[in-house]
Amino acid sequence: MSSIFAFAEARDGKIRKVAFEVVTAARRLADETGGEVHAVILGGPGLEDDAAELGKYGADRIVIGESEAFVHYSAEGYTNAVVDFLKANDCDVALFPASAMGKDLAPRVAAKMGVGYAAECTAIESDGDSVKATRPLYAGKVSSRVAFTGKPAIVSLRANVFTPVESARDAEVEKLDVGAGSTDFGGIVREIRAAAGEKLDVTEAPIVVSGGRGLREPENFKMLEDLADALGAAVGASRAVVDAGWRPHAEQVGQTGKTVSPTLYFAIGISGAIQHLAGMRTSRYIVAINKDPEAPIFKVADYGIVGDLFEIVPRLTEEIRKMR
Amino acid sequence: MKSIVCVKRVPDTETRIRIAGDGQSIDPAGVKFVLNPYDEFAVEAALKHKEEAGEGEVTVLSVGAAESAESLRTALAMGADQAVLLKTDAAPEGLAVASAIAAEVEGREYDLLLFGMKAVDDDLQAVGPMVAQLLGIPAVTVVTEFSAADGKITAHREIEGGTEIVELSAPCVITLTKGSYEPRYASLKGIMAAKRKPLEEKDAQVGDSGTRIEELKLPAERQPGRIVGEGPDAVPELLRLLREEAKVL
Ligand SMILES: Cc1cc2nc3c(=O)[nH]c(=O)nc-3n(C[C@H](O)[C@H](O)[C@H](O)COP(=O)(O)OP(=O)(O)OC[C@H]3O[C@@H](n4cnc5c(N)ncnc54)[C@H](O)[C@@H]3O)c2cc1C
Ligand SMILES: Nc1ncnc2c1ncn2[C@@H]1O[C@H](COP(=O)(O)O)[C@@H](O)[C@H]1O
Repeated sequence: MSSIFAFAEARDGKIRKVAFEVVTAARRLADETGGEVHAVILGGPGLEDDAAELGKYGADRIVIGESEAFVHYSAEGYTNAVVDFLKANDCDVALFPASAMGKDLAPRVAAKMGVGYAAECTAIESDGDSVKATRPLYAGKVSSRVAFTGKPAIVSLRANVFTPVESARDAEVEKLDVGAGSTDFGGIVREIRAAAGEKLDVTEAPIVVSGGRGLREPENFKMLEDLADALGAAVGASRAVVDAGWRPHAEQVGQTGKTVSPTLYFAIGISGAIQHLAGMRTSRYIVAINKDPEAPIFKVADYGIVGDLFEIVPRLTEEIRKMR
Repeated sequence: MKSIVCVKRVPDTETRIRIAGDGQSIDPAGVKFVLNPYDEFAVEAALKHKEEAGEGEVTVLSVGAAESAESLRTALAMGADQAVLLKTDAAPEGLAVASAIAAEVEGREYDLLLFGMKAVDDDLQAVGPMVAQLLGIPAVTVVTEFSAADGKITAHREIEGGTEIVELSAPCVITLTKGSYEPRYASLKGIMAAKRKPLEEKDAQVGDSGTRIEELKLPAERQPGRIVGEGPDAVPELLRLLREEAKVL
């Protein structure tokens, strides 16, 4: 296996952390097989400054495709550019982040090329000339090993699973001509509205602090926001509190919300229903705070404190602030 | 406005999943099946837009074994006008389903082709955009709400930390997540009416998925952890463990 494509996602002219994860995974695969990593960044003009960073994580080639039509994500434009690149470079594997952008783009690339796609993979390994991907099914109740019958194998990687590792090389930075293709797209992003505040997204945060019905009132989430601030974490929520309108759906963790896999997950006043566990069971460490010692969340938690969250959380925040 | 909504029959989210003897599929015995929760949002969106426009037609379509008719009946009971079952016993996924759907809708007239964001069994989140690509029509995924007027669609797409406002021309693909469309319950009247609504059956033209499941496994159970203590006095010990044992702080 020789040629590994890594989609290095950028937004608003900045390379996103998931890009380093994808390049790291590509590097590991390339090292196993003696292959080369082609990191491709698409976006509006002005990507060059950041792009060299990708070399630090093991890209052999850094390829920048800039276009006015790519200032915002364009499903059609990006698909065409990626497919052209994969064909021209005879890629064996194409890795994407399982982000909003990656999960829109990767299946389109697979359909356009008529090849297989595996989503939200948590492991990828080579067996000589092909790859096998491991991915959760049934919301993590089953783990599946997937083989590909054609090339390239299209794979998206779950965020936070592949920790970026530095492995510096002298990557060449090249320009990709993406101007030639049609820009007469049937779907166009007109605008991006940021959620209130500069908040971390639950799917990408290294630490997530989630609250449930145990918080009793929406105002009490202030307490979790303080804890999240002290930790540099994102706030998540159970469906019960999202359905009640206390928190936005973007924060919901679980089978009908986001799937998260942070290093550290706090479940506070959350009982641990199977649909909630579906969204967070692959977290590295889980901490549960609940007044009910029988709550199912304690069955998956690495560490638990039994008691009243209204007493425990402020103390936790205070102690963490002291540590920092 | 004419909508086609693609729906899948999936195991209920509460169901315990067991792996079948072949190690490559799940054992359906004792599994309760439901209409995929995200597809309910798509059906609701189609019905709501039809009601608001005061005209139109909602067709629901499923690819699967004979039992998939149950999910189609559920959607008919919610208010869809007619249903199409593309029959196959193969339990296809990904590109294999997408090609069956694309082959069927190619000959049909529609403005909106709606999907759930993902099916909660294979969790692939791919069939909608794949169908759009195969048909060469625009698509927007992970949509919480949209408006449609004069062949122009404006959709709100959920992305990390915000919302993208996307404009598309019809016909187009939209995949729905939870947002403005709270699925209605089927009324008794709806359930009775559903029995008389047309449900057409034909063979699916299933394509190749390009992937093969080699092995299914139950994930390693998480080791049950330990209760560090009770009440706020347990906080220092918790922090010590997170720092020294887990090394995550
Ligand atoms: C199709 C379907 C999809 C679903 N998808 C999701 C999903 O994506 N995500 C999700 O989360 N759920 C989902 N659910 C809902 C799920 O079944 C549960 O209803 C939900 O997770 C419960 O939320 P909760 O834990 O906040 O509330 P509860 O179950 O009510 O738990 C509250 C907990 O707080 C504790 N508590 C109360 N007061 C205190 C206190 N003072 N101090 C400490 N602890 C306290 C209680 O002991 C209890 O354990 C889904 C359900 C269905 C049917
Ligand atoms: N067998 C099927 N029949 C009809 N629609 C399907 C089928 N499989 C998937 N879909 C549609 O595609 C969406 C995404 O599914 P998936 O890509 O499998 O996660 C679902 O929410 C359905 O709308």
